[in-house]
Amino acid sequence: MLSVHNLEAYYGDFQALFGIDFEIAAGETVAIIGANGAGKSTFLKTICGLMRTPPDTVRFEGAPIGGAGASEIVKKGIALVPEGRRLFRSLSVEENLRIGGFAGRGGAWTLDRVYELFPILKDKRDAPAPSLSGGQQQMVAIGRALMSNPRLLMCDEVSLGLAPIVVKDIYDALPDICTGGLAVIVVEQDIETALRMSDRVYCFMHGKVSLTGRSAELSHEQISAAYFGL
Amino acid sequence: MVWVNTIVQGVLLGGLYALFAIGLSLAYGVMRLVNIAHGDFIVLAAYIGLLVVTTLGVHPFVALPAVVVLMFLLGYLLQRGVLNLTLGPDILPPLLVTFGLSIIIQNVLLESFSADSKALEIGPLQTASIHLGEQIAVGWFPLIMFLVALALTVGLELLFARTPLGMAFRATSDDQQIAQLMGIRNRHVYGLAMGISFALIAVGGVFMGIKTTFTPDLGPGFLLFAFEAVVIGGLGSFWGTFAGSVILGVAQGIGFQLNPGWGILAGHLVFLAVLLFKPTGLFARTR
Amino acid sequence: MSAAERDYLIERVTLASRIGLVLASVAIAALISLPWWGESSTMRLIVELICYLVLAQMWNLLAGYGGLISIGQQAFFGIGGYSLFLLANSAGINPFVSILLGGLIAAAFAVPTSAVVFRLQGGYFAVGTWVVAEVYRLLVMNAPVLGGGSGQSLRAMLQFSKSTRESVTYWVALAIAVGGVGLIYWLLRSRFGLALTAIRDSEAASESQGVDVRRYKFFVYVLAAFGSGLVGALYYVNALRIAPDAAFSIGWTASIIFIVVIGGIGTIEGPVIGTIVFFLLRELLADYGSWYMIGLGLVAVVVMVKWPRGVWGFVQQKFDLRFFPVQRRVRFIEPARTDEPVSRES
Repeated sequence: MLSVHNLEAYYGDFQALFGIDFEIAAGETVAIIGANGAGKSTFLKTICGLMRTPPDTVRFEGAPIGGAGASEIVKKGIALVPEGRRLFRSLSVEENLRIGGFAGRGGAWTLDRVYELFPILKDKRDAPAPSLSGGQQQMVAIGRALMSNPRLLMCDEVSLGLAPIVVKDIYDALPDICTGGLAVIVVEQDIETALRMSDRVYCFMHGKVSLTGRSAELSHEQISAAYFGL
Repeated sequence: MVWVNTIVQGVLLGGLYALFAIGLSLAYGVMRLVNIAHGDFIVLAAYIGLLVVTTLGVHPFVALPAVVVLMFLLGYLLQRGVLNLTLGPDILPPLLVTFGLSIIIQNVLLESFSADSKALEIGPLQTASIHLGEQIAVGWFPLIMFLVALALTVGLELLFARTPLGMAFRATSDDQQIAQLMGIRNRHVYGLAMGISFALIAVGGVFMGIKTTFTPDLGPGFLLFAFEAVVIGGLGSFWGTFAGSVILGVAQGIGFQLNPGWGILAGHLVFLAVLLFKPTGLFARTR
Repeated sequence: MSAAERDYLIERVTLASRIGLVLASVAIAALISLPWWGESSTMRLIVELICYLVLAQMWNLLAGYGGLISIGQQAFFGIGGYSLFLLANSAGINPFVSILLGGLIAAAFAVPTSAVVFRLQGGYFAVGTWVVAEVYRLLVMNAPVLGGGSGQSLRAMLQFSKSTRESVTYWVALAIAVGGVGLIYWLLRSRFGLALTAIRDSEAASESQGVDVRRYKFFVYVLAAFGSGLVGALYYVNALRIAPDAAFSIGWTASIIFIVVIGGIGTIEGPVIGTIVFFLLRELLADYGSWYMIGLGLVAVVVMVKWPRGVWGFVQQKFDLRFFPVQRRVRFIEPARTDEPVSRES
């Protein structure tokens, strides 16, 4: 569904990604792990269009999307749950969800279905977004991304700053999300969780892919080596 | 009783200032843009109104919708063509570009219309008034102006709170990067915000042209009034801006009553006082 | 050898700056001698040019280095001017001494003014400074003792002969120009300048490094007020007649913004170039009245959109020329070896 070939990314003169190759098929869940600064968030930003890339490096459902802006890419069906939630402070919970649907893609995800997935949000629908707890805000962020009815959902460090029980609740909801061929990329610092819930995994180090393979088949030694570069 | 009349007139004057100020508040709220040429565009709107009135031979109230539409388009195109290019982390470019525009507009108007005073005439309505008691006279026109300002303020509040466009405005102002992820096209949204701001400026300009005679150099003064009204009222709320406008109008009225040379100065001093003692403004909503 | 292990020098001086220093010295020597061989009108023009130049340098210091975009410096220009008249006309103090005092009085006014305007940020700060300038203008206009709306003449100058008046005014102006530019250059080379550049780049980061951002901004604001007041007094020693609408006019800000934008903000060379361009355009186009102003405005808008760093910024980027080297450069030194030539990099 998504294929990336030789992707490079720069912040000004600083090169963050050096020739990344990446593939994900419909219905797959792929995890990306790596230390801070390895380039995982940068990678997601280039896919969803927040950072510009040369046209042919990224192909989605057969068509090149590199160089397109973020507002166009979300209409094609790629949604991002950003690192740190980044909900709209001036909007209520429900408004945050509804604005997720502004991309205009129809589909199975509606406001009601998001409330079914995360019932607590329905109780807090009119509350200002910043008033929610971290875990609830994360639910809103995920719901907001789902409202655009994506074909590819990308989650950036969903567990960051959350208590383990909350993280578990959120990831337990993932199977309900992954219906209809939705592909999911999960960027995670927690290696155990990442491996447990993914089909395949990529490990990033210093802007390059240091390891890739099926999550169930990789050994701890291989992962440590790829993660820490030892 | 003279003072009650002074205050009444000041409140009504606040209606005009509100028309000046809510457009400025909108542009700043959505884009953090301070348009130094804001006042000059108000004057420009008055001159456009004059052109429409003289070429089509219509009443200024009939010309008003045409001016609003023209100014909306002008604002949208200006934002997309010039101002969007200046938006970014540096606050200097938009300030300096709008400063340059201010000078250009004043001098273009001067070349086109000369420095002679002009006015928009509405006949008997200009001076017709309701008399409440012996000393208080409420002019029909100032009252209409005040009510229009009130209606537009309500309209803006509703736009922001209840409509998808308003949601897009608030979201883009909160986090313009993530707003893009929602499919919102920032450049277009900014254009619309400026267009609406200019539409409000158009109303303010035409009403100003009716209320008083105008010349090309009045722009900067209007910018300062609009700015003071926004700061007095506090950021983040159109109601606050409206209230700030009324306070400014009343302050100027009282100052003028004490000594004609002190009218505008009194407004400045109230502004400075609010800045010193309640810098966030009197009715700020945290945003 | 890795970079950390090599020897290096921190350098300031460049070839361009050395050449520039020589050229400037020659030029200054020629200018000092002008009263003996030049015309009155030339001297008056140069004094006026110096006024714009120093004003622009002050605005550049505020905006380009301090991150404070003020459109109300005319407040201090006017205060300096009116202080001159008060001191020289009413208090009988020597007008030339009053120039310096005018600067100090303007600086004094900047202290309470900053307490008010620093409540605002960004674009609102800019407009706030303009409101303050308007307040000063209106206060002066309503004060009969200062001449009210019609202003007053600098009668105190009648005590000097024409040639003395002109020469001394001219030399004072030169001193202010050299002193002003020199002071700014020295300031920016110092640790103070380093802190300012850091603040300009990122206030938050500077605070975390222990830089008291508020104090630096305050100091820059007061210094710029001093400079503007000094120039205000100097201008009216040259012009001999003051009125509130002119002294506190936004036109001053408009002109110096043009100068700094065209010349190059955030550089010391920029305002010099900008002032020259401004005066050239004025000589060429002043007859065209409003078209001249429209032209200036258009040029400023276009430059700001396409070349935000101005003429000098563009030159600096392309050719790496610096006449006022404020940067520090790292130059690695390879250890000399018998057979190989010494290589240098920066």
